[in-house]
Amino acid sequence: MEKPLTQHVRRDGEMLDLRAYEAVGGYQGMRRVLRMDPREVQQLVKDSTLRGRGGAGFPTGMKWSFVPMGPDAPHPKYLICNADEMEPGTFKDRLLLEATPHQLIEGMSIAAWAIQAEVAYIFLRGEYVESARRLQKALAEACEARYLGRNIFGSGYSLEMHLHTSAGRYMCGEETGLLNALEGKRANPRTKPPFPQVSGLFGKPSIVQNVETLCTLPHIVNNGAEWFKKLSRTADGGTKLYGASGKVKRPGLWELPMGTTVRELLEEYAGGMREGLRFRGLLPGGASTDFLTEEHLDVPMDFTAVQKAGSRMGTGTMIVLDDKTCPVGMVWNLEKFFAQESCGWCTPCWSGLNWTERTLRALEEGRGREGDLEKLAYQTWFNAPGNTFCALAPGSAEPLQSALKYFREDFERHIHDKRCPWK
Amino acid sequence: MPLSAEERREIEAEFPRYPTRRAVCIDAMKIVQRHRGWISDESLEDIAQLLEMSLDELDGVATFYNLLFRKPVGRHVVLLCDSVSCWIMGYDRLRERLCSKLGARLGETTADGRFTLLPIVCLGACDHAPAMMVDEDLHRDLDPEKAEQALENYK
Ligand SMILES: Cc1cc2nc3c(=O)[nH]c(=O)nc-3n(C[C@H](O)[C@H](O)[C@H](O)COP(=O)(O)O)c2cc1C
Ligand code: SF4
Ligand code: FES
Repeated sequence: MEKPLTQHVRRDGEMLDLRAYEAVGGYQGMRRVLRMDPREVQQLVKDSTLRGRGGAGFPTGMKWSFVPMGPDAPHPKYLICNADEMEPGTFKDRLLLEATPHQLIEGMSIAAWAIQAEVAYIFLRGEYVESARRLQKALAEACEARYLGRNIFGSGYSLEMHLHTSAGRYMCGEETGLLNALEGKRANPRTKPPFPQVSGLFGKPSIVQNVETLCTLPHIVNNGAEWFKKLSRTADGGTKLYGASGKVKRPGLWELPMGTTVRELLEEYAGGMREGLRFRGLLPGGASTDFLTEEHLDVPMDFTAVQKAGSRMGTGTMIVLDDKTCPVGMVWNLEKFFAQESCGWCTPCWSGLNWTERTLRALEEGRGREGDLEKLAYQTWFNAPGNTFCALAPGSAEPLQSALKYFREDFERHIHDKRCPWK
Repeated sequence: MPLSAEERREIEAEFPRYPTRRAVCIDAMKIVQRHRGWISDESLEDIAQLLEMSLDELDGVATFYNLLFRKPVGRHVVLLCDSVSCWIMGYDRLRERLCSKLGARLGETTADGRFTLLPIVCLGACDHAPAMMVDEDLHRDLDPEKAEQALENYK
């Protein structure tokens, strides 16, 4: 089984430095694209069917095609790596950042060439201190080798790349919130249009791309679109970093063909539930995805199939709920997170989430009342897509609405028993 | 205390990396915090002046971000992950033990000024939950005993 992204991850946990990365073919993809027309690179990525790994699954090649090209395009253009990774339950980008920072730098250079950007930023969450150290080291190595900077490989193309470490807020991961944060502002989202591809960072054309998305690019360039498509078992090309946390036997992270089923991940890779525990459900890709249950175990984990099953693949790192853990308590924990991280811009989000959080707390503390569940359901409707500025609020509704559906009896017991049955 | 020459040098070194001065403000506040532990009103004023921003604007940014401290903190900052995977894996017991050992609640600093205990969003270590950070170190696969022991190394 091919694992392009993680095949060179060192077992001792150290990073692959420049020399080691080059020894396994590193920076060949970048050399190759500099001899290609940028439009050709865009077409290659379109043909590969690559979809963004940050959670929304937007087709990467298509995103690039909205960037103005040619002599009249505004400059500088910006390429930004989203390494904010604050979605609860998500721990996939950290591996790529720490283990193979040069793979990311090469991927970013390829994307930057494809849109003819001359400045790139890595937007890294502040708590990823070890990632920051290693990225700094890798950036210094790449600059020294003149893989970054002026006139790269004598091509006449120049690219600066900077690391920005954030000061912590979930909204910084939202594309336009991130742009504001990089400009030294509060990470409130921006109205679209204009779309960042046309007018983004400092008003210039900008592309924001997830770490994992960018890391796939050298491999697509080296091996071609057809190869990339064949890595997958489904129509969404490539491999995917999948993970599992919660009370499974072997929590972890695995690079596997896109479309590996939920059951394989849960039973084979995560080893099933710990002794004495039963599986109740899981969030397939982070806090802002709908629960899946027993009936969904044979769903392939790709963007299309998980959506069909009523959820989203999101980040692909699943959070597993067992029968000794209270589903209402779990959802309360999630909604507390969303309420705290709401930026306060839109009413349904900040006021609705506060209210949701308090209601769930009351249920957990035995103060639930008849009618609470209907009110919670109403809140999920209130925060549906289209009612708010950004996707935080609709994301917050996903675990709640699905919990109300699949664990309804547990919610009702909290009200009738006037206490949490798990306490 | 005005910005030291070193702080100023470090902040100015950020200028060429962004097209505006304002864009440096988060880095600037982090630099001052690294030197002083937190960002006082006076520091904020100095930074605002250096970056040609209004004080209100800068304070608006400072208060938005979780890792910028506008109040003094202890010698060591403990960031305890309270997100979902850690919650499933025993966050409540961990918090209770740390709070009782330190005699401080979340958001508080110990009487001897040694630790400030703060909640934090998912640390991206969910496969090794529960997790916490002490200063720049990540501690994983914790239980109350291990967490208590880990703190012993921070004097
Ligand atoms: C509240 C919120 C937080 C987000 N956080 C992240 C994040 O930490 N990392 C990330 O790559 N995408 C995050 N996203 C998605 C980004 O907005 C954007 O879609 C993504 O970075 C695009 O990259 P991709 O096309 O490569 O997936 C977040 C979205 C929202 C609404
Ligand atoms: S949905 Fe929430 S987080 Fe997003 S802009 Fe509105 S208030 Fe802010
Ligand atoms: S939930 Fe605690 S590290 Fe992810």
